[in-house]
Amino acid sequence: MTGKLVLENGTIFEGTLLGGMPIVGEVVFNTGMTGYQEILTDPSYADQIITLTYPLVGNYGVTREVDQSSKPYCKAMIVGELCTFPSNWQNEGTFEEYMRTHGIPCLYNVDTRAITRAIRSHGVMKGVICPTDTPQEKIDALLAQPLATDHIMRVTTKWEGHRGSDSAEFHVAVFDFGVKENILQSLENEGCRLTIFPANTKAETVMACNPDGIFLSNGPGDPKDVPEIVEEIKKLVGKKPIFGICMGHQLIARAFGGETYKLRFGHRGSNHPVKDLDTNRVHITSQNHGYAVDEASLEGSGLRVSHRSVNDGTVEGLVHNDLPIMSVQYHPEASPGPTDNVYLFERFKTLMRRG
Amino acid sequence: MEKKKVLVIGSGPIIIGQAAEFDYAGTQACQSLREEGYEVVLVNSNPATIMTDRDIADRVYIEPISLEFVTEIIRKERPYGVLATLGGQVGLNMAVELSEAGVLKEYDVKLLGTILEAIKQAEDRELFKEAMKRINQPVPESDIFSDVAEAVDFANRIGYPIIIRPAYTLGGTGGGIAHNEEEMYMIALRGIKLSPIHQILVERSVAGWKEVEYEVMRDRADNCIIVCNMENIDPVGVHTGDSVVVAPSQTLNDTQYQMLRTASVDIIRYLEIEGGCNVQYALDPYSNQYYVIEVNPRVSRSSALASKATGYPIAKVAAKVAIGMTLDEITNAVTGETKACFEPSLDYVVTKFPRWPFEKFNLADRTLGTQMKATGEVMAIDRTLEGSLLKAIRSLEIGLDHIELKKIAHETPEQLIERLQLVDDERLYVIAQALRVGISVEKICYITKINSFFINKIKNIVMVEKDLAANGVTESNLRLAKKYSFPDKVIARYANCSPEDVLAKRNVLNIHPTYKYVDTCAAEFEAHTPYYYSAYATEDEVVPRGENSVIVLGSGPIRIGQGVEFDYCSVHSSWALRKVGMKSIIINNNPETVSTDFDTSDSLYFEPLTVDDVMEIIRKENPVGVIAQFGGQTAINLAGPLAERGVNILGTSVDRIDMAEDRERFDELLAKLEIPRPVGALVTSDEEALEAAKRLQYPLIVRPSYVLGGRAMEIVYNDQELDRYMKEAVVASKDHPVLIDRYMVGMEVEVDAISDGIDVCIPGIMEQIERAGVHSGDSIAVYPAQHLTEELTEQIVDYTRRIAIGLNVKGVLNIQYIVVNGELHVIEVNPRSSRTVPFISKVTGINMVEYATRIALGETLESLGLPTGLVPARPHVAVKAPVFSFSKMGLVEIALGPEMKSTGEVMGIGRTYADALFKAIHGANMRIPDKGNILMTVADRDKEEAARLAKGFIDLGYHIMATGGTGRYFTEHGVDCTVVNKISEGNPNCADFIREGKVDLMLNTLTYGKKPEREGFQLRRLAVEMGVPCLTSLDTAREVLHVVASRATAGDVITVDAVQDYEME
Repeated sequence: MTGKLVLENGTIFEGTLLGGMPIVGEVVFNTGMTGYQEILTDPSYADQIITLTYPLVGNYGVTREVDQSSKPYCKAMIVGELCTFPSNWQNEGTFEEYMRTHGIPCLYNVDTRAITRAIRSHGVMKGVICPTDTPQEKIDALLAQPLATDHIMRVTTKWEGHRGSDSAEFHVAVFDFGVKENILQSLENEGCRLTIFPANTKAETVMACNPDGIFLSNGPGDPKDVPEIVEEIKKLVGKKPIFGICMGHQLIARAFGGETYKLRFGHRGSNHPVKDLDTNRVHITSQNHGYAVDEASLEGSGLRVSHRSVNDGTVEGLVHNDLPIMSVQYHPEASPGPTDNVYLFERFKTLMRRG
Repeated sequence: MEKKKVLVIGSGPIIIGQAAEFDYAGTQACQSLREEGYEVVLVNSNPATIMTDRDIADRVYIEPISLEFVTEIIRKERPYGVLATLGGQVGLNMAVELSEAGVLKEYDVKLLGTILEAIKQAEDRELFKEAMKRINQPVPESDIFSDVAEAVDFANRIGYPIIIRPAYTLGGTGGGIAHNEEEMYMIALRGIKLSPIHQILVERSVAGWKEVEYEVMRDRADNCIIVCNMENIDPVGVHTGDSVVVAPSQTLNDTQYQMLRTASVDIIRYLEIEGGCNVQYALDPYSNQYYVIEVNPRVSRSSALASKATGYPIAKVAAKVAIGMTLDEITNAVTGETKACFEPSLDYVVTKFPRWPFEKFNLADRTLGTQMKATGEVMAIDRTLEGSLLKAIRSLEIGLDHIELKKIAHETPEQLIERLQLVDDERLYVIAQALRVGISVEKICYITKINSFFINKIKNIVMVEKDLAANGVTESNLRLAKKYSFPDKVIARYANCSPEDVLAKRNVLNIHPTYKYVDTCAAEFEAHTPYYYSAYATEDEVVPRGENSVIVLGSGPIRIGQGVEFDYCSVHSSWALRKVGMKSIIINNNPETVSTDFDTSDSLYFEPLTVDDVMEIIRKENPVGVIAQFGGQTAINLAGPLAERGVNILGTSVDRIDMAEDRERFDELLAKLEIPRPVGALVTSDEEALEAAKRLQYPLIVRPSYVLGGRAMEIVYNDQELDRYMKEAVVASKDHPVLIDRYMVGMEVEVDAISDGIDVCIPGIMEQIERAGVHSGDSIAVYPAQHLTEELTEQIVDYTRRIAIGLNVKGVLNIQYIVVNGELHVIEVNPRSSRTVPFISKVTGINMVEYATRIALGETLESLGLPTGLVPARPHVAVKAPVFSFSKMGLVEIALGPEMKSTGEVMGIGRTYADALFKAIHGANMRIPDKGNILMTVADRDKEEAARLAKGFIDLGYHIMATGGTGRYFTEHGVDCTVVNKISEGNPNCADFIREGKVDLMLNTLTYGKKPEREGFQLRRLAVEMGVPCLTSLDTAREVLHVVASRATAGDVITVDAVQDYEME
């Protein structure tokens, strides 16, 4: 079936559509050249329409092993070309089947570079993906819908969960704002036993399990939308070592009175250079964020910038001057992306070791 | 403050395994260092390069890259540091030699960038293995041997197939895969001999695994980035230089991609490389097991490819890193905002396709293995893999416009299945044909071990062909065919219509390519570098250059007969355009070149050089005109078809170009100008040929009417040989006649001139050492000519002027003359740039290309202030000597003849002829020992002359060995020699002496016929395999004698001078 993407500013891109229902979402792009399945299943993309800039997608098929959550939460994918004959020994089926199974529409045979350039010059926009013959009123109606603000509650776990060996060195309480599987796996690999809590868990409940450290996960949406979570985090500050990734990082900043703001078109990809200001070393990181911490707003908060984007100078990591609190905006757990940054999990352990 | 001085070591002549990529790398390095305020001293013996231009470095030494010469340069210049990692294996080996000889220490010179220890750890097999073991990186079971028997034992123990790689050789020279003990013995023997340290690596074969490469950069702060990863379509077993390669990898999932990325970072960190590095892996297609195959601790051919594939200027950055800058301090030149410390993201597919010289070497073994055979390569970019592959194929200029080989069109499935077993240069075409006849993807994968993903991509192409054939051109199949970059004529061929029909339909449907940026970042940031490719997509993001633009057509892949010299010309033409305020647009497809650097022109289109592809760019840019005279045969071949389509060809008109190339029109012109040429005829059948031979008399030179580098040109001495040539070598027809000329023996003289159609300026005249019959590209050339009388010189100037005016040349022209019995004849006229233009420009200081470009734009010799007639000779002598790559090509005839065989050239420049000649011969790696044994075996006609030469050598203390007839003749004529057995005369014979290392130099001239079973052929091949210098022309031998004699009186004195020291006005 032929389909199209209609952007908020009226630009139209025509292609072939997989899945029939018109959907609306925020259109973003990811510049990674591998890892489409990890991207698709990353809950931080909830409600978004993901454009992959690398044009050949599906070449190596899919494998359950790399799923980052039980199902995709994004609204749709936009790709240049969809490979129907994947080849890789780990392959268990085509990406097309996978998206069909999960009901994720996909617009393909489109000029994804043109879409990327549109987003780059205009900033992120809402967009509608629909069959070519969809009436304009319907598209307009969809575009008029406000974006949701309840993403985290939709993607977080409903029940408390447990992972890892009882003999593990550390016990970490994880706030699940839409945590990626490989974060949990990385913590586990580093010798942590995990108790995973729904996003709206009260601080007291978390403290009751007596963890060695608290982990604040990644997650979708605007950190301003969850003031109640920030309140709980405030209560935990100073009690236990805290490590935040992505949304977790932004919420820590807000818990200390910092501000967050929306980036023009976000950082999404596997090639983002970040400088660790303590070691002066640059690491290539995997990123997926549409919001960032406002550096100026941190003054007097006790937090200082520990990592900075080499590309645009934005805040990529924070540490507290006195308290055992650290956070990064990017994804040290990779999946997809480079594995240069696992050292951060080590640092977290050091914090926990000191207690 | 005094500037810091850095010596940059270049890579010398072009040989197989080391092509133009180091001109690109070296040029970038010099510019990059000067940007940072360094004074740059450069040494490189290759004159056909941009990097040896006097403007590229502060001091340019066109001197041999050998310990003696580089030491002398260091002594004279006293640089603070030496940068050797951008000069290929030659540069790297030089650094090792300088260090080991204590030169660096003696003169307190710092080795910049990667430390020696790292180089050794990556290069020395044993150290490498240990290093990898220490960081838990798996390497295949292997061991180092310098003894053949031990190597064979080891191979028998770990099992076949076995890979043999000699240490420290280029492009895997002398290596191979052995499937049994016998093969093992032969390859080991040869490998040990060819390795400069007489070591080979014997290793478990992982043939059939995926071959993946990573290009890594690291700085002294330990920041590491991956510039690009690449996947070879050909699995492990074929040298990566001979593999079709795509970037980025296509069949690796993120886990596998990151696993190898992490390994690369671990390796470069452990080796503490500062600069660029290339890591090659074998990845099991059925598990995530991998092996590290090789680490190149320097900028390599793959780096050039990665650089052009991503837009990331590796060499520029590597040079800055070498002087201590860190990646996050260096600006990303593409965006101008972000830093060089990031990993490029591609949003297109790149295909690299090797260019092999097999069409020139009929007897060459076309099988591909661990020894690289390609002379050059092309690269193509598209948004589809199919498009990128098809663009690459038609960029090769091997007579193919599609992945389709006519000669196998009628083979049966059984024959094709058999052909699929062969790993050779035609494998991908065979796969396409197999798919056409219905052989399954699975079967092809099973036989070839090529990943099904790639086979399926080729199948997509075949499906479009079938659709076109079944349904004719429809909108949908036309769009798809174009998305896969099918040229109109291919679409027309399958759809059974005319290319004009296809174009008309495209115009109606508005199907034209869009142009996209190569920007390193997949459009995330705005790019400022004008580097483009075409794709049939929706958005065209390229803004045309406007009314003052001119297109310069490049010269495509490096091949024998068309080397880096034409890239030099294209680059200078582009620079000249910019100098006069025009916008230059370059179209080229060779990733190894300076012309494809994004800052050489105002716009760079990385596209195939075919009429269709160029016309689309012209349609978009609407330039003032197109310059075709600098891109070799590639560009000149496009001039006619472009002119037919209404394009303005700047400079000499297409009609006059044709006049010089069309035999009959050219004869008419010469007759009118009253200039003699060797008598000849144009024949269109075997009968006509024999007829003509009667009239012209033997010996004759025969060749097809379209020629490049003397391709398929031969000298024949009788009817039999002529008949064989007409039947086997060419197929004469009305459209493709064969030229037959009287073969005249005499002195060849070559002239490059600039003309405005009114008068002519001749910067210099060159004389060739080897007599006519040896292709001028393979001949040693001397500037200024040493043996011309004043009268002849005047006549040359006069003829040149008459021809230039007669052809109304507006730009450059090249004329080859022959002097027979004091009479001057014209052999050939090329109204375009020749391979000697860079050489002449450099030794005379006259930038021929710049002036020619400006004349093409309408200026005149007078307005440019150029002198007319012959420019007085400069007070120095320069010699250009050819360099061959015979050791890489199994079973090819090495004897020089009318067909060009050299892959590169070196220049020697000095105050005297003897000095220049010595440098040229030394630079060409013809290392003649002071004393030793010379084996002579020559044809009857050469015996008298050979005897005189032998006497000369004996007087200098050499000992002569000679076989049968030659020996008898020598003895009878009082030449003291040892007569040795021919191969057929039993042992010990001359071949045994060569094998045992008892022969230091061989002189062997060709008897008639070129069949490999002949003894002379075997002997010459043996000399090549064993690394013994072998001369096949008495003229070359005479000059070698001259050098040896002059060295004997000069002692060991070596003088070096920078180009800037020579008087050029």
